Amino acid sequence: MNSSTSVRQASTESGIQKPHVSFPKEANQPTSQKPVKSEVVLQACGVTKNYFKNKIKIPVLRGIDLEVRSGEQLAIIGQSGSGKSTLLHLLGTLDNPGEGEIFFEGNRIDNLPNSARDVLRNKYFGLIFQFYHLLPELTTLENVVMPLMISDGIFKYWWQKKANIDRAKELLELVGLGHRWNHRPSELSGGEMQRAAIARSLITNPKLLLADEPTGNLDGKTGQEILEILRSLNEEQNLTIVMVTHDESIAADADRTIRLKDGLVEAA
Amino acid sequence: MYKLLLSWRYLRTRYIALASIISVTLGVATLIIVNAVMAGFSIEMHKRLNDMMSDIMFQATGLNGFPDPEAHIAEIKRVLGDDLEGATATVTVPAMLSFQFRGQWVPTHVTLIGIDEETYASVSDFRKFLLNEQNRKKLNFNLHESGYDSRLGQAGWPYRRIQESAQQTYDEERQRIENIQRQKEREQQTGPAETGPAELGASDIPVDNVAAGIPLDSGVGGPTDPSMADPSLSNPTGETATVMFDGTKDQFTGLIAGYTVASMRRRNKDGEVLDSYLFRPGDNVKLTFPTAGDSPTAANVYFTVTDLYESGMSEYDSTLVFVPLSELQRARGMVHDGVEYATAIQIKLRDGANLEECCERLRERFPADRFAYRIQTWKEMQGPLLAAVKMETTILNILLFLIIAVAGFGILATFFMIVVEKTKDIGVLKSLGAPSSGVMSIFLTYGLALGAVGSGVGMVLGLLFVAYINPIANALEVVTGQEVFDPTIYYFDTIPAIVNPVTVVWVVLGTMFIAVLASVLPALRAARLHPVEALRYE
Repeated sequence: MNSSTSVRQASTESGIQKPHVSFPKEANQPTSQKPVKSEVVLQACGVTKNYFKNKIKIPVLRGIDLEVRSGEQLAIIGQSGSGKSTLLHLLGTLDNPGEGEIFFEGNRIDNLPNSARDVLRNKYFGLIFQFYHLLPELTTLENVVMPLMISDGIFKYWWQKKANIDRAKELLELVGLGHRWNHRPSELSGGEMQRAAIARSLITNPKLLLADEPTGNLDGKTGQEILEILRSLNEEQNLTIVMVTHDESIAADADRTIRLKDGLVEAA
Repeated sequence: MYKLLLSWRYLRTRYIALASIISVTLGVATLIIVNAVMAGFSIEMHKRLNDMMSDIMFQATGLNGFPDPEAHIAEIKRVLGDDLEGATATVTVPAMLSFQFRGQWVPTHVTLIGIDEETYASVSDFRKFLLNEQNRKKLNFNLHESGYDSRLGQAGWPYRRIQESAQQTYDEERQRIENIQRQKEREQQTGPAETGPAELGASDIPVDNVAAGIPLDSGVGGPTDPSMADPSLSNPTGETATVMFDGTKDQFTGLIAGYTVASMRRRNKDGEVLDSYLFRPGDNVKLTFPTAGDSPTAANVYFTVTDLYESGMSEYDSTLVFVPLSELQRARGMVHDGVEYATAIQIKLRDGANLEECCERLRERFPADRFAYRIQTWKEMQGPLLAAVKMETTILNILLFLIIAVAGFGILATFFMIVVEKTKDIGVLKSLGAPSSGVMSIFLTYGLALGAVGSGVGMVLGLLFVAYINPIANALEVVTGQEVFDPTIYYFDTIPAIVNPVTVVWVVLGTMFIAVLASVLPALRAARLHPVEALRYE
């Protein structure tokens, strides 16, 4: 109870519009384990998502409530088909929920126009995928700089080109890929590509990192290296990370774990 | 920025797309070549048409003409003022030109034009097409000793002297044989035989028959038989001139014939283009034309060919024949009580004068409902020809642009495939925050770049082709054995080609527009892709 009031106070103080829904369930949820990290960055309220196949409704998410607090590393775990990837896409505004609301720093984001969501993804969210999703035509460096190219106009980009490239090289150095900035993705190994993808997701200094099975396609050792990078980012830069995985051992490493089963949050 | 970078990378890495724009390249190159050649033909033709003809033709509607052309010219001068550069009276009549070839009179249809040798040069560049260099400097209707184009071989006085002296020798010999025959007949028959002399000496026609009947290796003989010169109206002194006329020293009134009237162009066995001459400067020809008056009769007049002209326009070269104006007026009976008649006045305007506007001013002064004059610009007179060339160019342009449009569909198909191939990348871009418009403009830029590359290469190819069009045509002839450009048909030695920069710019812009248009649909598809579905796409 204490924590929830403090959340409200914090958001009121910072002048951000409060979510206008009350959270009766929130109080009951075991989310008050770490009172230190109190500020809620991302919040989902009663989010549902259905797919339609031949006009038959297939529910994927059936009312998810969760909140992500600033600076924590949250793992969402569930079997394949449990809707965890879909949930991550909804949180990352790549898709629209059927019902329910999503708030980012207290502002509703699921009903924003596309242009605003584009800006949100570009500036505030970093996304990492299982299959890295680097652009094969571009070098590693260009892939890393890509979000800046998208957000800045051509003149602004040229004006800041050197700073941007320095920043990208710095990030590549950080993920241990400094020497390979001029290589194409096809010349990199899986782990290296995922490092590049992490560097890309960090270039705009996002508030939140959304990772969809970042180690799903990697062998154990390489996956562990990637997880270490993410962990160090979380600890050293206090970066909030939401990670979707099906691997219990990875989930165990996180600050907090949410289990999904049949489109619902399983009580821990 | 990412749009440019990505479309540039796509351009460099997608060779199949480059292959799809080869048709665009070829289309652009062909368009440029066709336009250049058609413009070359058209401009060259305009130039030749206008060089031969004056700017404005002031014609009487009938063959009898109008009186006192000098007064008309004075009035035209008053109407046109400074815009007038020169004007000259002419007489134009349809006529039949007959020349002796292998001992027979061969008629051809020509348009006979009587021109004033002093003033005609002021309205037309006629002189520069003449084959005698002295005539090119100053036109006259006298046969020259020399200065004829080397193509003609023997021509002028030296040629005439040989021909005429051979004819004279032949005539003398025939006369001698006749005399001997007559003498024999007299000796054999006591009674005077009337049939002999009557048959042989009576008129032109039997003589012609005799001439035709005897195979003459000396070839074309001038009609210098005194009896043939007899009906000549060009010798007003009549009988005395007949006696005095010596073909080796004298000429009839001069005549300038079109090159194609006087020659036949054909190929020999080896495919070389050869001109064989039906008559040359120095030969005599006979003109038959209607006299003036309400009931015209045919007038037969002998002329001596003094020169040929070659304008390159087959229409002119094969029909027009020029004689001195005064001679034609007299022969047609167009001088009454000292007043001359003419059928047309040719008018030349100064450079930069407005052709249509000047023509309109003349039409206002001589309205069609009160004067029997037809006033036309040279463009109006050659309207059908010029319009035909213009229409040909237009149709070719439309057809070739259709080809480029077809190529556009090739781009469309290739682009759809590229969008499908890039579905995942599009999803990535969207997940990184690229707006739909940005994704769309990647592909539009890509289309524009493809169009630019295609039309740029096409433009360079086309311009190179135009620059070396004649060597290329020759090379094609060697390779295929087919004549690409037949000089016997076109009367151009080389293919004329003029590049109009405006046309080139339009072709290139139009092509780029088509390429962008073809990429709109695939780009829209790319823009509409749902990010999650695009990311999941395998």
